[in-house]
Amino acid sequence: MLTLTCPVPLAAGDRVLLGHGSGGKLSADLIRDVILPAFHNPVLARLDDQAIVNINGLRLAFTTDTFVVKPLFFPGGDIGSLAVHGTINDLAMGGAQPLFLSAAFIIEEGFAMEELRRVVESLQRAAADAGVQVVTGDTKVVEKGSGDGMFINTSGLGLVANGMVLSAGQARPGDRVLLSGPIGDHGIAILARREGLEFEGALESDSAPLHTLVAAMLATGAAIRCLRDPTRGGVSSTLNEFAVQAQVGIEIDERAIPVHEAVKGACELLGLDPLYVANEGKLVAIVAPADAGRVLAAMRQHPLGQEAQMIGTVTAAHPRLVTMRTLVGPTRIVDLLAGDQLPRIC
Amino acid sequence: MKYIDEYRDERLVHSLAAQIARRATRPWNLMEICGGQTHTIMRYGLDELLPAGIRLVHGPGCPVCVTPLETVDKAIEIASRPGLIFVSYGDMLRVPGSRLDLFRVKAAGGDVRIVYSPMEAVKLARAHPDRPVVFFGIGFETTAPANAMAVWEARRQGLENFSMLISHVLVPPAIRLLLGSPRNVVQGFIAPGHVCTVMGYRDYVALCRDFYVPMVVGGFEPADLLEAVRMLVAQLEDGRAEVENQYVRSVSYEGNLPAQRIMESVFEVCDRKWRGIGVIPRSGLRLRPEYAAHNAEQVFAVGEISAEEPAECISAEVLQGLKRPTDCPAFGRACTPENPMGAPMVSAEGACAAYYHYRRHSVAEAGVC
Repeated sequence: MLTLTCPVPLAAGDRVLLGHGSGGKLSADLIRDVILPAFHNPVLARLDDQAIVNINGLRLAFTTDTFVVKPLFFPGGDIGSLAVHGTINDLAMGGAQPLFLSAAFIIEEGFAMEELRRVVESLQRAAADAGVQVVTGDTKVVEKGSGDGMFINTSGLGLVANGMVLSAGQARPGDRVLLSGPIGDHGIAILARREGLEFEGALESDSAPLHTLVAAMLATGAAIRCLRDPTRGGVSSTLNEFAVQAQVGIEIDERAIPVHEAVKGACELLGLDPLYVANEGKLVAIVAPADAGRVLAAMRQHPLGQEAQMIGTVTAAHPRLVTMRTLVGPTRIVDLLAGDQLPRIC
Repeated sequence: MKYIDEYRDERLVHSLAAQIARRATRPWNLMEICGGQTHTIMRYGLDELLPAGIRLVHGPGCPVCVTPLETVDKAIEIASRPGLIFVSYGDMLRVPGSRLDLFRVKAAGGDVRIVYSPMEAVKLARAHPDRPVVFFGIGFETTAPANAMAVWEARRQGLENFSMLISHVLVPPAIRLLLGSPRNVVQGFIAPGHVCTVMGYRDYVALCRDFYVPMVVGGFEPADLLEAVRMLVAQLEDGRAEVENQYVRSVSYEGNLPAQRIMESVFEVCDRKWRGIGVIPRSGLRLRPEYAAHNAEQVFAVGEISAEEPAECISAEVLQGLKRPTDCPAFGRACTPENPMGAPMVSAEGACAAYYHYRRHSVAEAGVC
């Protein structure tokens, strides 16, 4: 009998850690242990990116998201445009037509008025470009040191067609997994800007509103089971969420996953895996096998889906687990990380 | 991407695996020293491409894993001090000390920051002259030159508020210990390519001579590692024991001389405790006495902190290649990356974490877990 006297594991529950906001296992635990028990109801229990509620026959998609990005301005966008795109995308992943947004600003005392104007203008422009209106909002100012420059919360309302049901639980064995384009752009662009790292080739956030891409996909009439935008935690977290919620396995092929050269290079250098890096203008779709080709063709017709790829298959084998055929042949697990991905030492 | 894609070419990798299968007439135990190499093997499933008798044993080359518990406790004690900025590479933050880890120190209000280079810590020290800035300097010969440069630069700039908590370890003494052990099962070594990029492979020639064991300096991509295995198998089948260099695009016999000079001028060799293994003579680096003002252990008087590391912990045997992570009854149950019981489950380069992240499914199928 072997006695295990390794260092005693640390209790995870005593304080909130940054890892609880990573989109990985710690985030899932936080939601399961603290949030869900308090608010338990069937709409929330679906754990999709948006709630879909029925009011007198009208199906409304409702969602909220808070943006704490640092730096506030980055190549390819800023906190204002991101706050619009993020919430529109959460609505779009439910098949909704986004209509109205709220915008709430939490601003740190001393914040430059000029920068605030830039953020507000950017938010307004992004909303106008996407055809949504900001119809309500709020501003709060906190003492210097109580906030990090600025945080923005946006909530969104959208309209869902009758009969439209997109939910992670619907994935079934045989379905195909589609990805709308190269991964990791947003996370690496932010990291590079924040840390002052310079890489050859342009690193730019992919921040974009995906509702017109979704509309083009839905217009094919294909059996699309579910959609999700792989933001924090990256594609791996999204696929793991699908696998758990639908009680299926997912197998992907590393060779099929597009990654821009600059992102690949930055990830190699920092010891990061692009599968865990955030995106803000990509989606993952699970589609019935017979319809996958048609949906992929429609995605590639759209400016935001030109580099779309079929990356894998839903399987009955190894339920709740995502696996990947590696570049050289063998298969490995694509795990949900505990917290944030940490750069390796060497 | 150039210098990457060609070493991940599926056809090349399979051709190397086939050459190994043709050459091997009997089983051989080979050890890859470096955690980065373990990571590649598990990430791509390279061991599954090898013939059944060729067993890869994972060595003690994960710098996070071998950093002693008491060093982590010292880091936590220093990082908890108000006003101080504690700076570290990312993967040290999750390593459990006796009671806490650095993430929890941060959550409790400690100013703990992740950087990608120790020079960023020097910059922080310059930007905050009124606050002590401490860098957690750990790792093998790979990180030592940059850490040495940071200390050297801090002294040159007169940054009295900069210090370093150092737990540097050296690879060749650990190989010597493994080879000298009566329990040793390893018949050939893949020497660590990044360490040898800095240090050259002079020391490995001596090890090879003393123990008559083949050594191949290997790289970190799938084709590098299989080529190194092929070269080792060829030596073993021929009855040869030589040092060969597979990683010629990065490693020379002498190594990086300017890097060695800066290490030499800032550090001196000392005995060092390795987590899970114990003290290995002359296996570490510490600051030379003239840099005492930048030695965090002295500046913050934490030299007395000690922590008892249990002798029974299986991580010791994992780190010496005597057991596989899956031999541990706690693997994947009581011990997971969220709740690591031992250091090899913490770092991405640790053997247990690599098995857990990449190989749980085959372990489950085999009925182990």
